[in-house]
Amino acid sequence: MNALLSIISRDVRLAFRAGGEAFTLVLFFVMIAAVTPFAIGPDKVLLARIAPGLVWIAALLSMLLGLDRMFRADSEDGSLQLFRHAAVPLELVVAAKLIAHWLVTALPLIVATPILAVLLGLDPATWWATVLSLAAGTPALVAFGGIGAAVTVGLPRGGVLAAVLLVPLAIPVIIFGVGSIAGQTAGSAVLLLCALSLVTCAFSPFAAALALRAGED
Amino acid sequence: MSDAAPLKQPNWFSRLAHPGEFLRWSKPMLWPLGIATAMLFAIGLYMALFVSPGTSDNVGPTLRILYMHVPNAWLSQMVYAVMAVAALGTLIWRHPLADVANKAAAPLGAAFTALALYTGALWGRPTWGTFWEWDGRMTSTLVLLLIYLGIIALWRAFDDQLRAGRIVAVVTLVGAINIPIIKFSVDWWQTLHQGSSVLVSGGPRMAPEILATLLVMVVAFTLLFAMLQIVSIRTEIFRRRADAMSRQAAAGGRTA
Repeated sequence: MNALLSIISRDVRLAFRAGGEAFTLVLFFVMIAAVTPFAIGPDKVLLARIAPGLVWIAALLSMLLGLDRMFRADSEDGSLQLFRHAAVPLELVVAAKLIAHWLVTALPLIVATPILAVLLGLDPATWWATVLSLAAGTPALVAFGGIGAAVTVGLPRGGVLAAVLLVPLAIPVIIFGVGSIAGQTAGSAVLLLCALSLVTCAFSPFAAALALRAGED
Repeated sequence: MSDAAPLKQPNWFSRLAHPGEFLRWSKPMLWPLGIATAMLFAIGLYMALFVSPGTSDNVGPTLRILYMHVPNAWLSQMVYAVMAVAALGTLIWRHPLADVANKAAAPLGAAFTALALYTGALWGRPTWGTFWEWDGRMTSTLVLLLIYLGIIALWRAFDDQLRAGRIVAVVTLVGAINIPIIKFSVDWWQTLHQGSSVLVSGGPRMAPEILATLLVMVVAFTLLFAMLQIVSIRTEIFRRRADAMSRQAAAGGRTA
């Protein structure tokens, strides 16, 4: 438990120090929402209608952009090697890094949603549903992302490949995520989204640790 | 290797694992398999063109396209199952041929899936009036194609094929767990947007000659896959041998 907490706090501190990109990712997330009206026109009704999908696409893109920082730096400076031979199991290390990654990349996005709500003309009820669905769904995105990052950490330019592998796997998250913001069956969609997050968070550390071990020797 | 213990006669499973052994027993299979495939295709195509009616009440006048479409759609899923079993073989037994089998099957699966989508679009145009409909089955087949393409891209990204084999195996298994979830979510999404599917789900309510033709075509395509799979495993083994030989030659034969 101690190891878990110290790895989490190490990763979070690294991300917010100079050179960390947590703030840049939030900026990117907001920028997608700010750029869309230029692409489709400043029609308030249309914007409010596509806002749930837009928020989720923006979240997915920022998560994909942030993936590479999950294991890459640790692999380059050798800390990953140390983690592999540490007294705590690699699965626990991966779980800690997933939690830290969620705190650094997903939580700021949720905090930034009020800006998006203003830009896209969301009413408070829809905004609240958006916050709920992001909170329920982003753990699943991070969990899949952890597998993608672990699989491509040995490749010099693995970032694009990780994105290509992950987008098809993320489709259920997008479907239930958008479904839980809008639509008549929003209640069941939130529950399905939570179920998806729980399942993926349970097996992702094992799959990612397996990929990290397989990739190193 | 070991002088103390007498070598046990290896069972069929470990004999299968030896690449040279595989090359030996698979070679005499190729011709009979090829001939059987060709004959089944001849029979199936004859039945499709002359025995089967050209139209049926629940499919319409485009029935013959289905004789190409259904086998490809079936193989698009079966090939993924083969890859998942191969991935288990790689991770659990470190089976030396399993990752070769996975690598050989991925492009075949992608091709069958693409053909299933293509023939489906050809069938949909005159029947539903559109090439593409965001129907549950079509959407999940499209996602399956994307997963195949991702796996192929992952194979091509690695220099070291042994390391690639284990990592692709992890991805293949994650995909295998996810495919039912994707299927379910797409169905859920699809029912949310439109009331009923265009596809009539009524079980095999078809004339016996149509069913027979369909079965022959499915078996023919499955045999085609088996043959292509064996051929591409052999090609991959030869390619790896050639790589090893050229590396030895580059080292000046010092690493004998």
